Amino acid sequence: MAIRTAVNRALTEITALPTAAALVDGNLTLLKTLTADNSANLTFVNGTNDVVFDNTYEKYVFKFIDTSIRSNTEKLGFNVSIDSGSNYNVAKTSSAFRAHHGEDDSPAALAYYGDDDLAQGTGLQPIQNGGNSDADSCISGELTIFNPSSTTFVKHFIMTTNQNNSSGNSQVLHIAGYANTTSAVDAIIFQSNTGNIDGTIKMYGVGPKQ
Amino acid sequence: MSLIKYNNRSLKDLTTTPAAAGGGGTGALVHIKTLTASGDTTLSFVNGTDGVVLDDTYPIYKFEFINIHPSGAGSEFQVGFRDGGTDYDATKTTTVFYAYHFEGDQATTLDYNTSEDLAQSTAFQDLTVASQIGTDNDEGASGEMTLFNPSSTTFVKHFMSRINYVDDTSDPSPISVVCHVAGYCNVTAAIDAVQFKLDTNNIDLGKIKLYGIKDA
Repeated sequence: MAIRTAVNRALTEITALPTAAALVDGNLTLLKTLTADNSANLTFVNGTNDVVFDNTYEKYVFKFIDTSIRSNTEKLGFNVSIDSGSNYNVAKTSSAFRAHHGEDDSPAALAYYGDDDLAQGTGLQPIQNGGNSDADSCISGELTIFNPSSTTFVKHFIMTTNQNNSSGNSQVLHIAGYANTTSAVDAIIFQSNTGNIDGTIKMYGVGPKQ
Repeated sequence: MSLIKYNNRSLKDLTTTPAAAGGGGTGALVHIKTLTASGDTTLSFVNGTDGVVLDDTYPIYKFEFINIHPSGAGSEFQVGFRDGGTDYDATKTTTVFYAYHFEGDQATTLDYNTSEDLAQSTAFQDLTVASQIGTDNDEGASGEMTLFNPSSTTFVKHFMSRINYVDDTSDPSPISVVCHVAGYCNVTAAIDAVQFKLDTNNIDLGKIKLYGIKDA
């Protein structure tokens, strides 16, 4: 057995962690950052480009940082795959509600928002609606997916995003639901229903490795 | 300067982090305890018991619920807080609202729930409401709850919860339901334990994870 000698000062100045410690300490682990620049989509596929999206973590969080779409008629959304990204078409059921407030103080409202929910829909789950192509317009927020690798349960997700929309409103949208499959979800795609996207999406694993 | 010798095995087998590198965590979110249900009546996180920390170590605590699955139909997931003694009966005032959508698109709603909010009540707080958690093998509830500064002896203790679940008790199709609960334990005594349970039936499967969030 090799003997290593360390001075006390070296230990007190540790700033990086041993791999073994990361196995048991809970944290928010940045797994991947993707940046779109007039891109058709952004995809996080388990096992591709260092992406981990399996049973390593029981919860994954995606953070949208100044994500934007390119026209007022576009809608940013996501979909998931059970075949490593060959198909993004899992049935999803979700609810959606929003609060919005105009920059000119009108409207100001809270209501269910049927435009952005799904009933066993296999298409894109909207993240925000009614985009804004203004140069300073964007969407920020986060999406949480629970236990995507389960082969027993449906895959719950909860999401909150805010945007300054095409009507000049601040709009917060709360969406929650589930991908109605007992197959493991191993990939996710972010894209617009039409057109390209910009901005950054970060993927995190939450908690201790399993 | 003192010299300390370590062999390679002791370094390789590190299971906790030196204080200088974060005091046991690798980020702001520190995993404290995971409880896994297997037909349990309750799941409790008690400060000082079984490795649970729920005191002034952290200013914010977060509970994650992963695939909470009841043993029978008609169940609502609940939380209670302990503010001294052994009972989970801290007085609470809360708000509750929810949204749902049928898989068959038959109906949607967003509504406040006056029957399951609390006004200075010592009862357990429902975290899933308006309908019950489904019991099919693939159904359950997932979400999270944040508890702020439970060790304060000055302030009330705020908490906020958001949980999504499948309800299959209503015709004509299962429902995706999201429930938002927020409120406070109206006590200035420290909250030193939190208990989760179903109002009826046992927690057949599922995990609850407790995290501390560092303030620095």
